[in-house]
Amino acid sequence: MEIDITTKKMNGRLWLMVRISGELDMYTADTLRRRLDAALAQAATRHICFDFAGVNFIDSSGLGLLLGRYRQVAPAGGALLITNCTPPVYRLLLASGMDKVLQIDRPRVRADQGRQ
Amino acid sequence: MGELHNDKRNILELSFSAVSANVSLARLLAAAAVSDRDITMAEIDEIKVAVSEAVSNAIIHGYGNDSSRTVRMRLEVSERQLMISVIDEGVGIADIEQALKPSFSSSEERMGLGFAFMQSFMDAVEVISQPQQGTTVRLYKNLQ
Repeated sequence: MEIDITTKKMNGRLWLMVRISGELDMYTADTLRRRLDAALAQAATRHICFDFAGVNFIDSSGLGLLLGRYRQVAPAGGALLITNCTPPVYRLLLASGMDKVLQIDRPRVRADQGRQ
Repeated sequence: MGELHNDKRNILELSFSAVSANVSLARLLAAAAVSDRDITMAEIDEIKVAVSEAVSNAIIHGYGNDSSRTVRMRLEVSERQLMISVIDEGVGIADIEQALKPSFSSSEERMGLGFAFMQSFMDAVEVISQPQQGTTVRLYKNLQ
């Protein structure tokens, strides 16, 4: 999994921009959790934007990481936004009810979702 | 439920250390086992999620992240059905009914949705467990 964390001013807010590619499971979630905690400790913002364009798999370990970061930033007035979901990731976010808690943009259409 | 149709069965078995890096290997094997079937990418994604949850549970709950332990996975693919068994010899589940409930999780930052995803994405799920003897989770997917 590749992780790229930067900061960006967007809509008048400073955001921690987290671009990930690969699969988000219990193994990679541990790595991402450490990187995020280090970045949040240094960042002058509590707002996190995940760019999931390169994430083709997520399970409940990955969802747990997202919910954990939301619980971390929300009490300080932070927001958590998820953008560019691939269809399998978006389906799981909906199936878990995460869309009722987190701000999730609708996914792009992927051409390979038909039958093989 | 529980009986695999005995037509042109293909059996694959994998044993691996109970470490998180092996979860992706387990789900890739499951996906590969049905890759030549008339099955959608979305269905393969669902099988991968179910396997990921079952193997993660074995490592985290069954073995308490003890990397010296071994998880076994057995896949039986017939013309009509896929059966995946994920087997650990860990602490077992004292109350299976409770463990199957959504939002039940004994770990912080775990969603407690593992069994809910398995049940949603597979056609049938069996859980066989005895405290201190281990747990076998069987996942069934119809291929027709």
